[in-house]
Amino acid sequence: MNEIENIVKEMFKKYGKSRTALIPVLQSIIRKKRFLSDEDIVEVAKLFDLSSAEVYGVASFYSFLDIKPRGKYVIRICKTISCEMKGSKEIIESIKKMLKINLNETTKDNKFSLLTTNCLGWCHKGPAMLINEDVYYDLTPEKVAEIIEFYKNK
Amino acid sequence: MIKEVKLKINNIEVCVPEGSTILQAAKKLNIELPTLCYHNDLSVAGNCRVCIVEVKNSRLLQPACVFPVSEGIEVFTNSNLVRQARKHIIELLLSEHNADCTECYRNNNCELQRLAYEYGVSQHLFIDLIPLKNYEKDYSSPSIIKDDSRCIRCQRCVRTCEELQAVSALTVAYRGEHMKISTFFENPMFEIVCTNCGQCVLHCPTGALIERTYIDEVWEAINDPDKHVVVQTAPAVRVALGELFGYEPGERVTGKMVTALKLLGFDSVLDTNFSADLTIIEESNELLERLKKAIKEKQKAYLPMFTSCSPGWIKFAEHMYPELLPHLSTCKSPQQMFGALVKTYYAKKIGIDPKKIVSVSIMPCTAKKFEANRPEMKSSGYRDVDYVLTTRELALMIKQAGINFSKLSETNYDNIMGKSTGAGVIFGVTGGVAEAALRTAYEIITGKEIPFPKLNIIPVRGLEGVREVTIKIDGTLPEWDFLEGMELRVAIAHGLANAKRLIEKILSGQVNYHFVEIMACPGGCLGGGGQPIPVNTEIRKSRVKAIYEEDENMPLRKSHENPDVIALYNEFLHKPLGHKSHELLHVTYTPRKRY
Repeated sequence: MNEIENIVKEMFKKYGKSRTALIPVLQSIIRKKRFLSDEDIVEVAKLFDLSSAEVYGVASFYSFLDIKPRGKYVIRICKTISCEMKGSKEIIESIKKMLKINLNETTKDNKFSLLTTNCLGWCHKGPAMLINEDVYYDLTPEKVAEIIEFYKNK
Repeated sequence: MIKEVKLKINNIEVCVPEGSTILQAAKKLNIELPTLCYHNDLSVAGNCRVCIVEVKNSRLLQPACVFPVSEGIEVFTNSNLVRQARKHIIELLLSEHNADCTECYRNNNCELQRLAYEYGVSQHLFIDLIPLKNYEKDYSSPSIIKDDSRCIRCQRCVRTCEELQAVSALTVAYRGEHMKISTFFENPMFEIVCTNCGQCVLHCPTGALIERTYIDEVWEAINDPDKHVVVQTAPAVRVALGELFGYEPGERVTGKMVTALKLLGFDSVLDTNFSADLTIIEESNELLERLKKAIKEKQKAYLPMFTSCSPGWIKFAEHMYPELLPHLSTCKSPQQMFGALVKTYYAKKIGIDPKKIVSVSIMPCTAKKFEANRPEMKSSGYRDVDYVLTTRELALMIKQAGINFSKLSETNYDNIMGKSTGAGVIFGVTGGVAEAALRTAYEIITGKEIPFPKLNIIPVRGLEGVREVTIKIDGTLPEWDFLEGMELRVAIAHGLANAKRLIEKILSGQVNYHFVEIMACPGGCLGGGGQPIPVNTEIRKSRVKAIYEEDENMPLRKSHENPDVIALYNEFLHKPLGHKSHELLHVTYTPRKRY
């Protein structure tokens, strides 16, 4: 049994064999693989007996169900207004310099992807960002450099 | 009993059953409300908002297509507020819509264009967003063109593909301003599970989904003195073409259509009904062979046998039920049988080099375009059918040629492959192939006519999604005595969602049949993806009536009595399922990816 099949079987046990289990399945795959490949979506569609276009529609709706290849660590910087007022643009610029990539790109070693995101609910401590599922806030260019360095060596 | 609810629309009282929508209540008062995402054939989405109305004491304007009525509400459908809001909605849609109407195939038959006119949209109130959008146009399919720049995201196509056809080749992808109608990973239409049925084209309010046209290629062939251009017309075209010239749905225009085709310059105007009759001979013999193998010889035979005339159904089977492919009749569709014969039998008979023949067909169907392009369809040594035009394309050619259709006299089809019977005509309606096959098969087995008044096998008719009928075989000829007293079980489904339901039951063993007719489109070919737009249940019913009238008015009603078919067997094919038939008229299909 392959990885996708394992995940789906597990979720079927938890949620029953219905469409309700679709999003938890896609989330689990993301957790393991960082993005949903077309092969993965086909596999999921088969196991759910849905059309692959339908699963693709669901996946493309949610920013966090990525359908483009991403690095091991996905950095998402809040792009909304309160973080911007507290300097999120500088944070983006410094990460771009550090990783030598632009927004929506992945480093050559496949370690980091740099994206923006809508509000993370950390407006009171902006600018904020996510790296995979961990949140970092009150960011400054110096602080960000340390964080990135930590992940580089991780 | 369902409770009646009383309400007022524009101060007029009306009673409707509880659970009705404002749209339905308004219809009862003959008040037309503008709609875009709403379609009679589909579930209600309520996403375009153009049908909004004022409901007294409601803070917001409400979409009439989804808003359920309740006792005593007061609705205003034509207040200044409503009209202004609708105009803004239309203008917002237009700000993202490529409104180069003169370049659009749906010019003059576009729901958005009509509303823009009715609401007096004159200058852009909102920023033109087209230059900022990277709209894509997909020309990859030989049947359907998808043009995102014309799409208003009403999702009628998505619901059609899912609800009517159970294919879901189209989906809503992304969100907000990026939302679009997409295929799986935005793959080209040619590579996806699309069956090319064209129901999305039929249900699209604008020009976002249209058929790929071959009008220019056909004009070129007609005007080439070196080419002999032969045209065949499918049964369902004659009961719908009139709608595009102002006739009421259900008016038969067979004779005028033939005249028009001759005026367009086709060298020979022939009838797909002829090859429909031929299909019946081959297909009913094939069914009987399979029954013989199973019952008399006790060998494995693939039963039930499924019909194979609907190319949308064929591709659906290739994708979804590859295990059923051996159950499909090996008969080609009438279009392809005709094509294979035009460049062999017909060419020889009139003494023309088949290289010089261009074979054109007029079909109610977009999937036929794909079918004609299949690599399997070259048994004559050439492409059996060169160009397929829809009913809509034919109407356009007639208009281009300046022909005054309603003033035309009626003429008959040309000779050689132009004669047909009522059994050929009913190929155009769901249940028709089964009925035609039964008329012939019963007579082969018993030597007697099938015992139904006027040969009308009423139980196979109607628009129920799935129908079944059992025919008891009585008084067999000696050759078929193993069938004596047998009950021949036949099932019929139209619309691929209904087909799927029926097939799942067959595969799970809940039901079993000997013969199953499947048509991809609701209503059969008369509701095909190449037919006049709009379509709805009422229009389909009118076309059904017309097809059965056409059948009853034919002097011959049984395929095996068609004199042109008899001549073809005598002079060329020699016998049903013979060597030549297998070479030219039969085919097998191969599985495709399901996902």
